[in-house]
Amino acid sequence: MSDHQHSGNGSPESGSRRDGHHDELAHVTPVRLLLLIWGALMVLTVGTVAVTMIDFGGQTNFVIAMAIATIKAGLVVTYFMHLRWDRPFHTLIFLGSLLFVSLFISMTLLDKSEYEDSIQEMYLKKGQ
Amino acid sequence: MAQLTADPLPNHDPSEGHGHGQDPEHAHNPFLAHHFDTPRHQFEAGKLGIWLFLITEILFFGGLFCAYAIYRSLHPEIFVYAHYYLDTFWGAVNTGVLILSSLSAAWAVRNAQLGEQKKLVFNILATVALACCFLCVKYVEYAHKFHEQTLPGRYFNPEHEVWELPAYQKAHGHAAGAAAVEGEGHAAAPAEPAPPGLAPAAGAEVKHPPPGAPVRPRNVGVFFSIYFCMTGLHGIHVVAGIITWLWILRRALRGEFGPSHFGAVDYAALYWHLVDLIWIYLFPLLYLIH
Repeated sequence: MSDHQHSGNGSPESGSRRDGHHDELAHVTPVRLLLLIWGALMVLTVGTVAVTMIDFGGQTNFVIAMAIATIKAGLVVTYFMHLRWDRPFHTLIFLGSLLFVSLFISMTLLDKSEYEDSIQEMYLKKGQ
Repeated sequence: MAQLTADPLPNHDPSEGHGHGQDPEHAHNPFLAHHFDTPRHQFEAGKLGIWLFLITEILFFGGLFCAYAIYRSLHPEIFVYAHYYLDTFWGAVNTGVLILSSLSAAWAVRNAQLGEQKKLVFNILATVALACCFLCVKYVEYAHKFHEQTLPGRYFNPEHEVWELPAYQKAHGHAAGAAAVEGEGHAAAPAEPAPPGLAPAAGAEVKHPPPGAPVRPRNVGVFFSIYFCMTGLHGIHVVAGIITWLWILRRALRGEFGPSHFGAVDYAALYWHLVDLIWIYLFPLLYLIH
């Protein structure tokens, strides 16, 4: 099991593993970038908690919280999950799943009040 | 894989006929399954597979996000009322813990790609430790909720009314809490008739809400049904992640990962990032309601 790396055999992997990117199976993320993304995620987490202390009125707080969450999710997907250097097809199917989830939720929300009348009627009958 | 290590001859299986029988590297590589031509071929196939799995996971959680969207849009008052029972502090701590574990997972992939054996083992251990830390915090939160009886559906029968909670008093000023203590002495009319099914147990002291205190909306338990389903399913995924990482750790200790065969570490990390991703949305949706 120990000789699996072919080290010293002149295999392309062992020759270029630290310098060039041409022979690697996938992009190697630099440590600095990993730490930078982590820092950004932490700052955004603190930010999203801090921003709840302020009342912007209406749905603004909700929109801000979701926008921050989406920025964080975007950072994770682009850099930690290295979609930036990955095949575009993986980005396509990922965005496709988000499209179908949003379709699912929005279509369901369309008739959310459809049964509200009968529910209210039920509570009236129960005397609540 | 076993036959590849056992048989050093390049043409060990002429029936495959892919033309790679002449490739001596293939025959020697114990980490290349026989149905793949090259390490790249194997890596790309696995990568597509894990992404398809992650897509099914997103759709799976989509159902719960849909339930959340419907109930929140129909009854926002329940969500505003109930979120005071959640501790934003622990939620924020867990967000930090998961983000840190995502960092160590991404770092582990880098270590595997570069063949940094010791760092790889360290980063996998860090990821497992942080995942356990997340579950410990979750345990503290769940235990508190069971104790307080802030439970799903009709089992929602909290020990403390919302105006007694520190989170509520912080948001509405301490005057509200002080009024609650004062209110005990006054012969105020019971402003809040307990709905049937939620009636306090016999002998329980009747608490009088301070002026301006919110009346408990109907079906607050719905929030906790959604809370426990969403965080519970997410917690199960964290447990699955820990098991996956322990398996990866075992393989790493055996020296099974290197520049041409780090796929499994990459796939485990992708799954782990998705678990983090879902929490990134759960945290503001459940804890940061305004």
